[in-house]
Amino acid sequence: MTKYMILIYGDAQEWDAMSTTQEQAHHAAHAAFRAKAGAQVIGGEELELSTMATTLRMATDDRVSTTDGPFLEAKEALGGYYLVEAADLDEVIALASLLPEVHAGHSGVEIRPVVDHG
Amino acid sequence: MSAAVVAAVAQAHRRDWARVFASTVHLTRDLDLAEECAQDAYVQALRTWPRTGIPDQPAGWLTTVARNRALDVLRRESVLRKALPLLVADESVPGPDDGLVDDGRLRLVFTCCHPALSRDAQVALTLRLVCGLSTAEVARAFLVQETTMAARITRAKKKIVTARIPYRVPSPDQLAERVSAVLEVVYLIFTTGHTAPVGAELVRADLADSAVGLARMLHLLMPGDVEIRALLALLLLVDARRHTRLSANGKLLLLSEQDRTRWDARLISEGVGLLTGALRRQPPTRYAVEAAIAAVHAEAPTWQDTAWPEIVALYDVLLKHWPSPVAELNRAVAIGFRDGPLAGLDALTPLLADPTLATYSYLSAARADFLRRLQRWPAATAAYEEALTLTDNDVERAFLTERLGEVRSHLST
Repeated sequence: MTKYMILIYGDAQEWDAMSTTQEQAHHAAHAAFRAKAGAQVIGGEELELSTMATTLRMATDDRVSTTDGPFLEAKEALGGYYLVEAADLDEVIALASLLPEVHAGHSGVEIRPVVDHG
Repeated sequence: MSAAVVAAVAQAHRRDWARVFASTVHLTRDLDLAEECAQDAYVQALRTWPRTGIPDQPAGWLTTVARNRALDVLRRESVLRKALPLLVADESVPGPDDGLVDDGRLRLVFTCCHPALSRDAQVALTLRLVCGLSTAEVARAFLVQETTMAARITRAKKKIVTARIPYRVPSPDQLAERVSAVLEVVYLIFTTGHTAPVGAELVRADLADSAVGLARMLHLLMPGDVEIRALLALLLLVDARRHTRLSANGKLLLLSEQDRTRWDARLISEGVGLLTGALRRQPPTRYAVEAAIAAVHAEAPTWQDTAWPEIVALYDVLLKHWPSPVAELNRAVAIGFRDGPLAGLDALTPLLADPTLATYSYLSAARADFLRRLQRWPAATAAYEEALTLTDNDVERAFLTERLGEVRSHLST
């Protein structure tokens, strides 16, 4: 078994604009994902909007600068993640395909194997 | 070493490489080790067959030798290898009820064409691992340095292991999408071979042969898949003309100029037979429509007999389901032959604004041809000049240069 990180990206404005019905369907799809993946889900959280983010990096004068906003400025921001365990990539692809973000035009998920320092 | 043995080994390489390699991968679950062992088996054949004679079942002989060699290595290095990440492979072999005859080659091809790999990587891996081309040959086909191609293949293999792309025939819910990805790779290999984008040769025979071989293999292993059937039909119908596309002195011959008696009648009838089956399903697949167009050409006894209304109608079907600027260009050309060059030119005009065709030499060449037939010499000259700046295939360049000379000669009069 290998661990995979499923990173959920999307347009925060679109997420904000969801109607109550859409939101319910969205949560139901996540529940279906969790039910299907069962114990394979090791962790997963929804993140606050990227406007709530704080970024630290080195400034030109070798000091750490603290700034407002995400590390990468993009229309699509990281909105949440799941850490799952699966036998292979096809299994993760099948699971992740259940996520509602995969079926909305403005969002998507990125699957990354986690390095095993075993 | 006898020529017969060398020929037999070469034939076994062409025909059986994928089977020998795939069957060794299943044992090693390591692509590099399997490659090494399969290559060793072929070297061993060159050494052994002159003495023992060519075996009745060369593929079986080679597989046994490759697998034995792999078992030796695995035994010797068992401790060392425990630490290595292995390919994810099922122990179970699909049963007869799922309709797939799997001898390893299907898993191999689905792994090489997995959508998590870039298209470049899919093509390179397929040619290298399924068709058995050397890294140097693959590099030459795609005009990159051998070291670049070697690095591309190594990276792709690493991704297969690290991301755990499984060595497996995809599950039924993923199968259709994955078959399409495989067929796109096969089609790309064929078109690159059919008219090489750059270089002295018009056709890269090794690539065209590899693509036809892949399509035949897929059809054999998944006989019920209509998309595969249609692609094989398309490749055979187009490939039937391969040897008539150049004159004796190496000049490009257009469809209208080719010697139709030299078209490969066996390939044409095989293609038409496959297509008949593929067209039974509605709606037809994209490759079935393209194959139907190729079949109309293949079955016309002369250029004058070409059923242009039928070809235009087939392009209409193609455009309805799979709209693309290239299909529109081809439809415009067909209209030009059905209704005359002026109608063709009109049909082409809207495409001139399409940015995706801005560097597509066939658009300029088609326009140039219509203008030439309309005797609009200055415009034709400009269009041929433009087409020449957009193609790097020497044979096509020679053809365009000759036409350019012809239309220019009218300018002064």
